[in-house]
Amino acid sequence: MGHAHESNTKKIWIVLVILTAITGVEVWLGILKPDFLHLSNFLGTSWLNWIFIILTLVKAYFIAWSFMHLEGEKTWFRRAIVWTPIFLIGFLVTLLLTEGGYIFDTLGPLVKW
Amino acid sequence: MKSNSAVSSNKKETWSGGGVKPFGASYGKMMMWFFIVSDALTFSGFLAAYGLTRFKFIDSWPIADEVFTHVPFVHGEYPMIYVAIMTFILIVSSVTMVLAVDAGHKMQKNKVAWYMFATIIFGIIFVGSQAWEWNTFIKGSYGAVKTTEGKILQFVNEDGKQIAFADFVTTERLDGREQHTKKNGLWFVEEPTIATYSIDQIIASYNAHPEVQVRTELITDQKKKTILSREEGTAQLAKTRLVVEGANLEVNEYGNTIFADFFFFITGFHGFHVLTGILINIIIFFNVIVGTYEKRGHYEMVEKVGLYWHFVDLVWVFVFTFFYLV
Repeated sequence: MGHAHESNTKKIWIVLVILTAITGVEVWLGILKPDFLHLSNFLGTSWLNWIFIILTLVKAYFIAWSFMHLEGEKTWFRRAIVWTPIFLIGFLVTLLLTEGGYIFDTLGPLVKW
Repeated sequence: MKSNSAVSSNKKETWSGGGVKPFGASYGKMMMWFFIVSDALTFSGFLAAYGLTRFKFIDSWPIADEVFTHVPFVHGEYPMIYVAIMTFILIVSSVTMVLAVDAGHKMQKNKVAWYMFATIIFGIIFVGSQAWEWNTFIKGSYGAVKTTEGKILQFVNEDGKQIAFADFVTTERLDGREQHTKKNGLWFVEEPTIATYSIDQIIASYNAHPEVQVRTELITDQKKKTILSREEGTAQLAKTRLVVEGANLEVNEYGNTIFADFFFFITGFHGFHVLTGILINIIIFFNVIVGTYEKRGHYEMVEKVGLYWHFVDLVWVFVFTFFYLV
């Protein structure tokens, strides 16, 4: 950590371009919804959704590392901040989504359309 | 008596942790980070609950780009364009915030003030956009009916495009109902707003317009909503219980009511964060103007509120994905 009192202005604008580009790609894919991605299935959801989720995590990385300046924090402080939520959220989401799928499998057949 | 706490609390530096900086982070900055971590867990709790509910109703969940299709001042349907613009505004506000922090490191008071000002303006634009989005969602765009089985039925034309009541309902109300107000009825009794169209009127108009078809919430293999044949449509419409125009916490013309509940709750909670962020930014903005941080010798306070502001942006990135894209 070269304690960033040097100016980062140029890097900030680059990150803005990256975040805007990613959002643009997301919206473009969301409007287009190409069938081979949209109608596919991988680990419980479509490839299109996986692309959205991965792009979102990339955006989150840029915001946290660059804007919130996590890259400049001491290694173990950064790890305390990053790994704690990743572990807890991963745990929660895995359990709840599995449970949601189970509820659908159980109750879905009882709903008449 | 010697206190057991690591930092003496009867000194003026209590709020700075007495200058102790574990991991090179000041007391305030570290606590801001820990608050952000806990708030991130709160938001993920909400989003995970949304995920569970969505998986529970995976075959009938509303399709987001059929719900959020409007852009202010523009006619027609542009799915997701406006949320994309809102996302961009929030990202830009994050950028101006970083620029304020950056100028703070260089002790450029005027630059910090101007960038803070820009951040506040973009924040206000974002909250305003969200209010508009809510308003559009609450008013609804097409209208639908709800059956005795609790299902939402929408109407489409021969191309399978959704149409509003006004596009095909032409007959009289048929039930002779009028909104009961104090002026035309008992002055001491009021009634909730009644729907613009009556159930009989809608069914009669459906029968009179052979091009109109009924669409149910059920999602097909092609990930589109099911469109019923005319006969099936008649059978379903016979079960109509309620005319739904717009969305609130109890009914929702777009489909599952709980979709609207989660929309209001999660975007509302996020909007509340943006609002408090704007207020905190305004306070800090005036502190910058009056030279508080100039006297203090550093602009770390700008950095701390900046962390909060970026966090609000970070959360929006996820809300955007899980409400509008996925």
